[in-house]
Amino acid sequence: MRIKQISVFVGNESGRLVEMLEPISQAGIDIQALSVADSADFGIVRMVVSDTEAAVTTLRQAGFILKVTEVLLYEIPDKPGGLMKSVVAPLARAGINLEYFYAFVASEPGRARVVIKVSDPAAAERVLAESPASG
Amino acid sequence: MWEPQYETMTRDALAGLQLTRLKDTIQRAYENVPLYRNRFREAGITPDDIRSLADVAKLPFTVKTDFRDNYPYGLLATPLDEVVRLHASSGTTGKPIIAPYTAGDVAIFADLMARSLHSAGVRRGDVMQNAYGYGLFTGGLGFHYGGERLGATVVPVSSGNTKRQIMLIQDLGTTVITCTPSYALVLGETARELGVDLRETKLRLAVCGAEPWTEAMRTEIEAKTGTSAIDTYGLTEIMGPGVGIECEEKAGMHLWEDHFLVEIIDPVTNQPLPYGEQGELIITTLTKEALPIIRFRTRDLVTLNATPCACGRTMVRMSKVKGRTDDMLIIRGVNVFPTQIESALLAIKGVEPHYQIIVDRERHLDDIEIWVEVSGTVFSDEFRVLEELEGRVRGEINSILGISARVKLVEPRTITRTAGKAKRVIDRRELESQ
Repeated sequence: MRIKQISVFVGNESGRLVEMLEPISQAGIDIQALSVADSADFGIVRMVVSDTEAAVTTLRQAGFILKVTEVLLYEIPDKPGGLMKSVVAPLARAGINLEYFYAFVASEPGRARVVIKVSDPAAAERVLAESPASG
Repeated sequence: MWEPQYETMTRDALAGLQLTRLKDTIQRAYENVPLYRNRFREAGITPDDIRSLADVAKLPFTVKTDFRDNYPYGLLATPLDEVVRLHASSGTTGKPIIAPYTAGDVAIFADLMARSLHSAGVRRGDVMQNAYGYGLFTGGLGFHYGGERLGATVVPVSSGNTKRQIMLIQDLGTTVITCTPSYALVLGETARELGVDLRETKLRLAVCGAEPWTEAMRTEIEAKTGTSAIDTYGLTEIMGPGVGIECEEKAGMHLWEDHFLVEIIDPVTNQPLPYGEQGELIITTLTKEALPIIRFRTRDLVTLNATPCACGRTMVRMSKVKGRTDDMLIIRGVNVFPTQIESALLAIKGVEPHYQIIVDRERHLDDIEIWVEVSGTVFSDEFRVLEELEGRVRGEINSILGISARVKLVEPRTITRTAGKAKRVIDRRELESQ
């Protein structure tokens, strides 16, 4: 399934993450998945939220620069080899480049969710339709 | 033109006028200012030795510290009761530089500012919002009285309170903004954030000065504020703004040579350089009464061009200030000017011209780090793209300066914006040696 993800540029200063998360929480927006990636200089916070539009407005008002990107969300079996067999291996076989992904446990027991950014989303959707992952 | 009889006079006639005025200035300085009298004696010269304009090279220089050493009234050439106004520099260290003006000086200041504003394209009927700071700084009152002399409608808003500035631009039908170039950018950006498109207002002209800026920054200002941006030149020590300004040709700043004698010297050897070569600008005032200044070392690196301008003015044209001899950073033996780094940044699409240079010394080796603000348009959620951007900035700086610098992308507004001059360089090497 294609979903919208917000990526935020966050400088590497202590407390900056709090300054980013606070207005989101105050606006009553739920963060459903989040990943922080950082270099020595800066970080990129990627997240999927309950109300993308409201989160974008809130963050822009707080002075953050951000980008909304389309990513794929899949549910996979939460067991050894689940991620490899249902997502990573099929995409690799099809020659689709995985730019980044992050995983989180779904509310349903025994299932996990992954957010995937790939070079070719349409091709990835076709490949994953035939894998144990469900979109 | 405001004073075509002077602005278009032949170079020969100008030289004659300058020599008369130079002799008078030197006589007054010699008679009334102990500093000059002592320096002349040390150099073994008297005012009578100045018979031609070239003889000015025999005279000793005046430097910034002379003002501090003779604070507050030591350089005054008239009795204090003839002084009707005092300005002072926005000095960040130590005592400010005091600039006294007689009634005659104040009148010439206003005339030269009117002449300058006219050259920039300001006319009677313009609404001129003056966002230079009012007070001791020469910019506020200088532009104010020049605008009034010209017959423009002057709005003395002073610096700061950007939202109010934008409201006034819209409500009063402001056609001309006068402010520092960095503040012009702040206005453009803030307006955009407030959802105001300055290009849709009556604003058409920005007269910017008080800090060096580049052609690329002009393009940014013009695009963000919907103006034609004109560069102007001035110094507290000499008069304030109004020493020189561009005409609408934007082909160099005309220096008002009927009031200021200018030279270019090699800042290392102190020898005169021909027009066209880059060197330090030296100014001798020709009409100042309260504060005649002989051969002031401006520390500004420029080139001069005395060929006639398409506008019809004959006054020499000065390039943009390419750097300051005292802002010059020496990094691993290489001379680096902040403006060079600005040019490098502006050559890269998506990078804002907001930067700060941090110089440090690690294991006895100079280290330069450049903080650059990322713009919303260039931000990508992929590291690869941002790292490529850092690489491009690094490469551009390397190709311009020939040194490698670390580049750090920072969030917008990380680097302090000021209503006055932007602080571009943080040199931690000095702190360590203290």
